[in-house]
Amino acid sequence: MPLSLEEVRRIAELARIGISDAEAAAVQAQLNDIFELIGRMQRVDTEGVEPMSHGQDLKLRLREDFVTERDQRERFQSVAPKVEQGLYLVPKVIE
Amino acid sequence: MLNASLKELSAALAQKKISSAELTKLFLDRTSRLNRALNAFITVEAEKSLAQAHAADELIAKGEAKALTGIPVAHKDIFVTKGWRTTCGSKMLSNFVSPYDAYVIERFNDAGAVILGKTNMDEFAMGSSSETSFYGPVKNPWNQERVPGGSSGGSTAAIAARMAPAATGTDTGGSIRQPAALSGVSGLKPTYGLVSRYGMIAFASSLDQGGPIAKSAEDLALLLNVMAGFDGRDSTSVERASEDYRRDLDRPLAGLRVGVPKEHFGQGLASDVGKAIEAALAQLDKLGAKRVSISLPNSGLSVPAYYVIAPAEASANLSRFDGVRYGHRAKEYRDLADMYFRTRAEGFGAEVRRRILIGTYVLSHGYYDAYYLKAQKIRRLIADDFVAAFKQCDVIAGPTAPTAAFKIGAKAADPVQMYLNDIYTIPANLAGLPAMSIPCGFGKDDLPVGLHIVGNYFSEAKMLNLAHQYQKATDWHKREPAGIRP
Repeated sequence: MPLSLEEVRRIAELARIGISDAEAAAVQAQLNDIFELIGRMQRVDTEGVEPMSHGQDLKLRLREDFVTERDQRERFQSVAPKVEQGLYLVPKVIE
Repeated sequence: MLNASLKELSAALAQKKISSAELTKLFLDRTSRLNRALNAFITVEAEKSLAQAHAADELIAKGEAKALTGIPVAHKDIFVTKGWRTTCGSKMLSNFVSPYDAYVIERFNDAGAVILGKTNMDEFAMGSSSETSFYGPVKNPWNQERVPGGSSGGSTAAIAARMAPAATGTDTGGSIRQPAALSGVSGLKPTYGLVSRYGMIAFASSLDQGGPIAKSAEDLALLLNVMAGFDGRDSTSVERASEDYRRDLDRPLAGLRVGVPKEHFGQGLASDVGKAIEAALAQLDKLGAKRVSISLPNSGLSVPAYYVIAPAEASANLSRFDGVRYGHRAKEYRDLADMYFRTRAEGFGAEVRRRILIGTYVLSHGYYDAYYLKAQKIRRLIADDFVAAFKQCDVIAGPTAPTAAFKIGAKAADPVQMYLNDIYTIPANLAGLPAMSIPCGFGKDDLPVGLHIVGNYFSEAKMLNLAHQYQKATDWHKREPAGIRP
């Protein structure tokens, strides 16, 4: 079932990606081609098949709860767009 | 020296026939001559490389050389590298100088290797042609009007053009093997979990795996010895005893069962590629391997399942790029939400935006079962096909890619055609199996063709054995492109 222009805009909204009307129309055509390819999956009966979420059946490791990182705030914040007194600055959220 | 193997380079360094500084300079000079034409490197910092080379020379003088001391290695610009700009081929990270090293970089530093530079790639490793890079497309050294394959096309082009003796890459759906095939070099994607993903910028975490790219299987084995190993900082890193991947290189192939999947020789395979692969299989027969016909009945579903799973994981991974902590931030915005929308629209290229949209959709409310869960079930069917196949054979061989290198721009406007390039490589990622590509001849227009070898879990040594024996009997991997126009 093809995606409508409105759905494309809604997905872009969810993904937090700005999209112009012209772009949305171009993307709509490409996404529909891709979903036609993806749709081939639906022809296969997968009743009772165990979903595989990962390439390996790994158990999640546990470790002792202790500090592994030293404080490197300044170094990591040196690449941030806007920082003040060790805080990341963003536009005001609460009035 | 430009054509020497890593073993030969190490010997030359140990015998003081050349210093690491001279060797590094040799490759840097060649890079500065050819990179404008090929665009294989995004970042080269000769001073940094030479400082490492001088340090390596001191170690060699003291007799403290390790596996790769003094050998220059080019790294895909997806591995964060302390003090180096690391862009992942994106405008989003155009100003990102990494504050830390990826595990893979740490391992190469520990082994004494010299960082030669950061190689070009499809943006966030999303692509099969190295055309989606914000820093411009990479050109194929065999024919500069053609793509080198992708996404590790900068690394494979650098090896093919002898701008580096060794390189790293990453492979989510074929991004080491397909460009290795199209660029006429050797590349290996290890078993999922063998090489730590720490500091390797994430695309699709359940599929991403780093691996080596070089001229020969023997070189790949040496590089894998350095790259593989347990790392607690990657929750999917596999804890197992370390191996010497060179140990079986010289074993004869007599009796080795090579499975040939009939599904990989049907419609869609270009006849010139098919011919080169048939000749390679005949060569393996001659070396004593036993050909077995096998079936991977669900492999045709791998591309559809992949284009649900990979974008789904990508949409989650790439949500971290929001203009707050690092990377690009839009210049003007009304409020916080507008900052996100503009930053992400400006920072990501068209293909990355497209994949984030696909992933967002398939994970959104009401569609999860129809797409994501369905794809995970298909993934199981594909993995089970391999389990059945490996009861009949020791390794699987076939074409790496359906065609040789295509023209730059030929598939850029048609995502589905681009995605079908990875039809033979994706199944190994979905199953988590190791796989590699080695040069096995030339198709029409004298473009290289790659032989795809898939092994069972952790059977890298066996695959490298087959590849090395093949390369001892042939010289395709020694051919180099003639007449690169600088």
